Amino acid sequence: MSEPRTQPSGLTKWVVTLPPTIFLLAFFLVPALIVVLAGFRETGEFGGLAPLPQLSLDAYRFLGGDVIYLEIFARSFLVAALTTLICIVLAYPLAWLIARSPKQRRDFLVLLVILPFASNFLVRIYAWIMLLGPVNLLYTPFAVIVGMVYAHLPFMVLPLYTNLEKHDPALLEAAQDLGANAWTRFWRVTFPLSLPGIFSGSALVFIPVLGMFAVPELLGGTGDILIGNLIKEQFLENRDWPLGSALSIMLTICVLLLAGLTAWGSKRGLHGTEAVT
Amino acid sequence: MTLLEIRNVTRRFGSLEAVKDVSISIEAGEFFTLLGPSGCGKTTILRMIAGFDEPDEGEILLDGKSLAGVPPEKRPLHTVFQSYALFPHMTVAGNIAFPLEMTGKSALEIRRRVDETLALVHLEDKADSFPHELSGGQKQRVALARGLVNKPRLLLLDEPLGALDAKLRVEMQIELIALQREVGITFIFVTHSQQEALALSHRIAVMKDGRVEQCDEPDQLYTQPANRFVADFIGKINLLDVEVTASSKVLLSLRAAGLGEIAATDPRPIAVGERGVFALRPELIRVFGHREAADLKNRFEGVVRELLYLGDVTLYKIELANGALIEALMPNAAPGRAKFHEVGDAVGVCWRHDAGVYLRS
Repeated sequence: MSEPRTQPSGLTKWVVTLPPTIFLLAFFLVPALIVVLAGFRETGEFGGLAPLPQLSLDAYRFLGGDVIYLEIFARSFLVAALTTLICIVLAYPLAWLIARSPKQRRDFLVLLVILPFASNFLVRIYAWIMLLGPVNLLYTPFAVIVGMVYAHLPFMVLPLYTNLEKHDPALLEAAQDLGANAWTRFWRVTFPLSLPGIFSGSALVFIPVLGMFAVPELLGGTGDILIGNLIKEQFLENRDWPLGSALSIMLTICVLLLAGLTAWGSKRGLHGTEAVT
Repeated sequence: MTLLEIRNVTRRFGSLEAVKDVSISIEAGEFFTLLGPSGCGKTTILRMIAGFDEPDEGEILLDGKSLAGVPPEKRPLHTVFQSYALFPHMTVAGNIAFPLEMTGKSALEIRRRVDETLALVHLEDKADSFPHELSGGQKQRVALARGLVNKPRLLLLDEPLGALDAKLRVEMQIELIALQREVGITFIFVTHSQQEALALSHRIAVMKDGRVEQCDEPDQLYTQPANRFVADFIGKINLLDVEVTASSKVLLSLRAAGLGEIAATDPRPIAVGERGVFALRPELIRVFGHREAADLKNRFEGVVRELLYLGDVTLYKIELANGALIEALMPNAAPGRAKFHEVGDAVGVCWRHDAGVYLRS
């Protein structure tokens, strides 16, 4: 499918890839292993972790023993799914519009999309407190979704725009020429071809939303806490590190499962259109 | 029977007039070609027929009914795009089925028609391949099949052979002629290649700067070009500036400065003293040793300045007495002899009195 590329020589490959490899091993893999290990240890007398020799499954037993954790997981995935869906619906027309605007305007419009990142995230969420407070929507599930969508929308717009911008306009003309109206042209040509963009945008929204604790904490009510809040609580307030670690591991496993499932599904979907339309 | 009529169509883009008062009528079953250099307006005309663009003035009629305001998806004609525009996410069969699905045919009918059309373009074994798995020629055939599958009244082809290499292009030309004859659908073909136009078309409209310069059958265009542009654009031709010295009913006497009298024919009444161009195809010029046939009309002395040996033919560039360089093409038809004259040879050239064409300028 792709053109054969010249392979760099063995030595160059090592020199180029060594620094990132060391970085990832030291600062990504090792901490992850520490977290996994922490999940099987016990809480120390003053919180944190007890001295090493004792290993136990207490944290996981505790997790399985209370249905509230399952509920919070389910709610988190629901919020993440809903946020992703709303982001797709809002970002699609926007990305399409940017991709269709004249070339010299596109960069400016993309800049506008990422401009909010120039100000502090917490400040922007506090702004929503001011906006939602007077209309009595603050500390509701609605407020949480609004905040989540607001915070993650650019992560959906950018990959979608990158995808839509590459579409060959001749394909739409061909579809129209062959008898397809605007609606059919979208669902049979534009949409299926934009699926890779939707997939990468969804990954960039769904996964961060699962771990997000600031938005539910600031905008949500007491019943709106998500996994992110729960994990943060274990480490900072309850000082129950084994439980916090166990929760993190559970979350990671769920996300990996979901990512694997999506990758498998998209590989099948991107070939035949029948699966898509 | 006239299928498509383009009536006094003008199209402007800002201050640029891309198409200027063009009128063409195309018969059912015809292979019609719009030929011209890039920017001559041929693609604009094609897009107006397809419905992607509308004329500013004039109208386009299909079966006597105006197409004004009819969107592309409602017009009973299809386009084969220069880039093929195959849907990358659909298989070959999926691409070909697309126009049938748009008309709401049953699944059984679609299957049958797709198989039929795949056989027509010899791609039976590629039904389940994706476009990126095909060669250029195969993509070309899929694009043709997709355009033909639901039997449109008219197929528009926008430089469809432009992306193919020379050898494949000739093969596709032959296939295209056979295909058009077999399906009997009217083709409107756009190209900048005069060779392609001559080889494929029943009729050709030669365009320049938004106007049709001449619209005729290929052999007529070649032998009777209407003006200097057409003469020069189609094939190789020698052009000599001349003045009319005598004119009877069909016979014409022309004088080329520094050369002498040229005898020619022209049925039109032409005034003595008029200035124009005498156009002569290289293959109609005879070249021989300078002592031979000295008493013929239209015989001039010259010197071979360059020659291009092409195997089957040799192209001689000969400088005449007045300094004009003319090209003469001689078939290398004598067994065992590759060429007849060398660079620097003094030669005589001559042509029949009805070989050339007088063009008013």
